[in-house]
Amino acid sequence: MPDDVSALQLVLAGDPALFAIVRLSLIVSLSAVLLAALLGVPLGAALALIRFPGRQAVIVVLNALMGLPPVVVGLAVFLALSRSGPLGSWGLLFTPKAMIVAQTVLVTPIIAALTRQTIEDLWIEYRDELTAMNIGAVGRVTTLIWDARFSLVTALLAGFGRAAAEVGAIIIVGGNIEGFTRTMTTAIALETSKGDLPLAIGLGVVLIAIVVAVNALAWTARRAGERMAG
Amino acid sequence: MRAPTSDLPIRFENVTVTSGAVTVLDRITLTLTPGPPTILIGPNGSGKSTLLRMAMGLIAPSQGRVTWGGREDVPPTRRAIVLQRPTMLRRTASGNIRYALRASGVARAEAQGRIDEVLALVGLEQLADRPARRLSGGEQQRLALARALARDPAILFLDEPTASLDPAATKAIEDIVHAVGQRGIKVVMATHDLGEARRLAGDIVMLHRGRVIETGPAASFFSTPQSSEARTFIAGELLV
Repeated sequence: MPDDVSALQLVLAGDPALFAIVRLSLIVSLSAVLLAALLGVPLGAALALIRFPGRQAVIVVLNALMGLPPVVVGLAVFLALSRSGPLGSWGLLFTPKAMIVAQTVLVTPIIAALTRQTIEDLWIEYRDELTAMNIGAVGRVTTLIWDARFSLVTALLAGFGRAAAEVGAIIIVGGNIEGFTRTMTTAIALETSKGDLPLAIGLGVVLIAIVVAVNALAWTARRAGERMAG
Repeated sequence: MRAPTSDLPIRFENVTVTSGAVTVLDRITLTLTPGPPTILIGPNGSGKSTLLRMAMGLIAPSQGRVTWGGREDVPPTRRAIVLQRPTMLRRTASGNIRYALRASGVARAEAQGRIDEVLALVGLEQLADRPARRLSGGEQQRLALARALARDPAILFLDEPTASLDPAATKAIEDIVHAVGQRGIKVVMATHDLGEARRLAGDIVMLHRGRVIETGPAASFFSTPQSSEARTFIAGELLV
């Protein structure tokens, strides 16, 4: 398996091109998860606590959006950001920012839907006590988000997993430009089609290692936190 | 600034609560007044919990109305409840009490003293830093009582706080309830334990199948019960 050996060598040698690709991938996906969390957690919490007509339909749609096809999101963001699109004047197309926008669109429904479920379950448990302690609407939301924080980490991880693994959206809006918008997944797609399997395999190994490491870190933090807070 | 008013008396006016086809409370008219503890007795499913939760303001009547000191929709700032299965927040024991104190507007500087005070009152000062959800059932029950008392209520509702406790833990709770009553806090407590009712009651409200069967001072209730249900219950026979 000569390909495997050279892939490993690439990774171990700390190839600068590889390092740049890994770095961009992390920046894009982590930024997208951060933005999606800022949007999705309050949105999910609001949906869990506020009753309004059509709420059930919104929940069904939101859950369905968890399975948004990345290429469709990529296409929609492409159309919005293209020169003749509504946001064309921002000049974001084929930049890392466009990739962050696309992944944020992709991840926000995942975080919002999982947050909605988590907060709603906790609210059923807490409702009587919080009502008895005369907690207002804002206090309820902040209490539930804070007390569900360890479960919400799982929602963020699901979002990160989705963002780190997808290629369809970012290859459309980023363009896979070498040294600028090339990420691990877009590079793997390109290198595989070019036949440069060592680089593709090396990137694949790194990608999986990063996803495992992030999950392990979050798991450890969650366990430690739960031990302290119950 | 509003004038200091009392939530007492709590008046139930022809209150009915239905849940689906089931009538949980059936045309209850009842007044809870200041004074020694009022004990709600009756078999399981007689409506004691629902009555307490309504007096606390957690649920609204299907028909009729409830007033606190003559007013409707009074927020529970001076009332506290220990639910039958209290929920501990995902915090430490002292964190649970700190949360309740902050919710009732107690200053941060003052909070620690109050936390120590109520934890000592229920004998949990050793467990202050433990996660509340890791405490045993009896400890959680006592912590719920401490959390309720920390809010400095004028009225304290207790829903079978000793139902699943051993005699020593039961005595600890009853001693606290007794002390609380002595401090002028109105205690309204549900129990299906006749012995407990005898030990704590100032007056008795007996419920059966969602209706008030009999009310009155504990002494006369136990010596000369007026209703056949009360006589059956006091005699220790099974009231179904």
